[in-house]
Parts: sequence; C-alpha cells; structure tokens
Amino acid sequence: MRDLSPETEGSMSTAPHLAHSPPILTVQDLTFSAQKTVLLNAVSLNIREGSRTLIMGPNGAGKSLLLRLMHGLIKPDAGTITWKGRANASEARRFQSMVFQRPVLLRRSVFANLSFALGVHGLRGKLKADKIRAALHDAGLAHLETRPARVLSGGQQQRLSLVRALATDPEILFLDEPTANLDPASTSAIEQLIMKASARGVTIVLVTHDQGQAKRLGEDLVFLQDGEVAETGPAQTILTAPQSEPVKAWVDGRIYLGSKAGY
Amino acid sequence: MDSFWSALLEALHLVITLDSDLLEIIGLSMQVTITAVSIACLIGLPIGAAVAAFRFPGRTFLAVLLNAMMGLPPVVVGLLVYLTLSASGPLGPLGLLYTPTAMIIAQTVLVTPIVAALTRQVIEDLNTEYAEQFASMGVRAADRLAALLWDGRYALMTVALAGFGRAIAEVGAVIIVGGNINHVTRVMTTTIALETSKGNLQLALALGFILLVIAFAVNAAVMALRASAVRTAYA
Ligand SMILES: Nc1ncnc2c1ncn2[C@@H]1O[C@H](COP(=O)(O)OP(=O)(O)OP(=O)(O)O)[C@@H](O)[C@H]1O
Ligand SMILES: [Mg+2]
Repeated sequence: MRDLSPETEGSMSTAPHLAHSPPILTVQDLTFSAQKTVLLNAVSLNIREGSRTLIMGPNGAGKSLLLRLMHGLIKPDAGTITWKGRANASEARRFQSMVFQRPVLLRRSVFANLSFALGVHGLRGKLKADKIRAALHDAGLAHLETRPARVLSGGQQQRLSLVRALATDPEILFLDEPTANLDPASTSAIEQLIMKASARGVTIVLVTHDQGQAKRLGEDLVFLQDGEVAETGPAQTILTAPQSEPVKAWVDGRIYLGSKAGY
Repeated sequence: MDSFWSALLEALHLVITLDSDLLEIIGLSMQVTITAVSIACLIGLPIGAAVAAFRFPGRTFLAVLLNAMMGLPPVVVGLLVYLTLSASGPLGPLGLLYTPTAMIIAQTVLVTPIVAALTRQVIEDLNTEYAEQFASMGVRAADRLAALLWDGRYALMTVALAGFGRAIAEVGAVIIVGGNINHVTRVMTTTIALETSKGNLQLALALGFILLVIAFAVNAAVMALRASAVRTAYA
C-alpha cells in the first residue's frame, strides 16, 4: 500500500513520507443541509492513502456528519466524494469500516458480534473462528469471548467495536471519538490498535477532541468550524502554530467568539 | 352454598385423579392453541419485522391495519371463518367446519395480527438502534431481518406468550367454528361455557382452575424471560 518504515510512525514531523501519496478519498464542495440549516458548507479535503487524518473542531461543527457522508451513509445535497478516482462509488463502503461515537453492539456474545461482521463479508467455518480468536487475542479481549457484549465496560465495548471494524480488513477506517470517556489505559489500548492498523497500511480518519491524542496520532488535520473547513494541513503545524482565528481560540481553550453557533 | 363447596371438591377430585375427559380437553386445547400460535408466529414475526425495518409503499397503512386488527372481536373472527368454511363458503368442500383444524384457523386469524403488531413495535426500536451500523457493515436485507428477529428474541418470546395467552382463553371464535362436540372439538373454554349453562359445575370449575394456572405460568414465564434478558443486557 505504501512504503513506510516503522520508525516514521508517530513521527512529529509533517508526515513527509506521505507528501506524494495519492488521495484514497477526495471530498469536493460537499454541502449538506437539514431543516433549512446549512450544516456543512462547501467542504473540500483530501484523505491520502495510508495516512492518519484528524478531523477536529468544536461540538456541533459537523464532524460526525462529515464522517457519515464520507462513508456513504447519507447523501450530500451537493458536491462529490471520490473513492480511488471514482466519483460517488456505491460499492466503496465494502472496503470501509466505521466506529461510531456510541458503540452499537449486537445483543449477543463478544464472539458472536465478530462472527456476524465476518459473516457479512462471506467468511465461514473454521477460517472465521480462527480469525475471530486471533483478533480478540490481539486486542486483549480473548478472556471475554463468551461474555454478552453489552455487559462489557465502556472501554471494552469501544475496543470490541474497533476490533469488529478492523476484522473485515478495511482499506479505510473512520473513527468517531473512539476514546471519549475512556481512562488513560483504555485510551492507550485503542491508540495502539489504531497505530497497528495504520502500520499495516489502513488509512485512518479520526475525529477527536483530545489534543494529546491528536499530537500522538495525527499526520494530517482538518479543522471544522460551523460546517466549514477553517484550516487544513499537517497536524503538528496546525496544533503548534495555528493560522486561523477559530483554531487559535480552540488550541488555547477559548471559545471562538466569531462562531455562528452562538454559545 | 353447599353445592358450591361440593362442586369445588369434585373439581379438585377431577384434577387430582387426572380424569381422562379432563385430560382430553386440556390436551386438545393445548394442541389447537400451540399450533395456531406457531403458525401465527411463522407469519406474524416476518411481517411485523419487515414493516418495522423496511420502507415500502403502504408501510404506514399496514402498520395501522395491524394495530387495528389486534382488537378484532373473536366472535366476528369466528363468524368470518365459519362463513368461509361452511358448506356454501369458498373453502366448504374441504369439510373443515367443526374440526380442530377449523379452531386452529380461527385462532391463527385472531393471533397473527397481535403477533405482527407487537413484533413491529419491538423491531422498530431495535432497528432504529442498529440501522446505521448495519448500513455501514453492508448487511443485506434478508440478513438484517434475521439479525433483528434474533436480537429481539427475548422480547419476541414474550410476544408469542401474549398470543398464547389470548388464544388459550378465547371462547367466542372456537365455539362458532368448533361447535364444542364431545371428544372432537371440546376445548377448555367452550366446555366451561357449556357445562356451566348445563349446571354441571365441577368440570367447569376444574377447567377454570387449570386455565388460571396456565395464565399464571405464562406470566411467570414472561417475567423470567425479562429478568434473564436484563441480566445479560439482551433486553
Ligand atoms: N440528521 C440531522 N438532521 C438535522 N440536524 C442534524 C442532523 N445530523 C446532525 N445535525 C446537526 O448538525 C450539526 C453537526 O452535528 P455533528 O453530529 O456532525 O456534530 P459534531 O461535530 O460531531 O459534534 P460533537 O463534537 O458534539 O460530536 C449539529 O448542530 C446537529 O444538530
Ligand atoms: Mg460527533
């Protein structure tokens, strides 16, 4: 997928190894309204193949909405989403996975949750069972295999939904605040799973509010404010030397007074 | 008052000695109702789930219709099934009137809308929760339906039990299409109605007692299912 030596992982640089990486997904002039309110306005961005892209911005900026649109769960009012050079490709979702802001686990055991996801992708029998056990083992969830998924702790549920998303070998993984409400150890476990997937070449698109996490994981960054892209570029540059007013305010932990949201 | 106590004693005697007439009547009741509820589930579960999970023309109308049909008066159902099965009716040549099959048909007609309407409510909530996840995973329509039905299994078992409770206690429809013929179509409720009117209270009381026990057992089963579903967070 990309030639990347492991040492560059988590590098604090501007991800130079990706400078010439082609986009796997391109968003152009994306607009989405609901109830006469423009929620996303002319959003354009590139997700480079094999990169880790952060989507950041205040509550209600449209981050989750943008993920849903990129994943093809909802249709935009205007604009195009190009997957590997093909505009609005309907089959793209088969090669993508998404971890939602709130984990949606089936009312079944941990094992059965993974079994369902792999079954959808046509895996059967021993091949499937072996894959499930390996994935659970890698994520440190092996001892919970027979547990009903919905009695797991929040952190375990979040980890399980990440494992489920990765089990189907996606080319791109959308993550919507996967570590919100998690303790540092659970956060670290999730970040390790993300980095492992990234090292395998999986493109990562991550929504987060956590600046520490952004610095640890981010290569590219898209900052949304009131449904518009306020700033985009290498994560380290933006996080250390923001140019636009909304991002400056956000990095300093101030409320951006120019916001249309009107706090 | 004296006759009341003696009837009660005789009723208890019938139950304790497992009177053969009593057993035959209970057996037929169970056979008819379990068959009817099974068929009602086979039809009602997928229909209810489909109305809940899929968008298609006429969906809202179907949902309203199912809800309305939940309250079908049993005697009306009995009358319609009677007309259909009677000698001059469309299914007359099958000769089903006054057979256990006729009673199964009547109870199925009565219970299917109940199962379908309750299933729709259960699956609708579940579908709201799962829809995006399933869309993200690319789950096909048939698999979605199956997954929703399976994940709603605890609630749906209580739906089936509700249907059973309604059917086993129902008298209006089965008496019209079954005719309460001794050793052929006598079930608990029709026997109670007939024997009471004949003043033969001990058999009526014994059967009434059994019906109460069944009602309690069904409710206990529902509560046990709920408790175990809550314990495993499968509710
Ligand atoms: N289907 C919808 N219909 C109407 N409004 C919507 C819809 N989906 C989202 N919105 C609105 O769009 C805005 C952006 O929502 P979104 O969930 O994308 O925010 P977010 O950036 O993810 O915020 P958070 O950080 O709180 O998760 C919000 O004001 C929300 O109320
Ligand atoms: Mg969000």
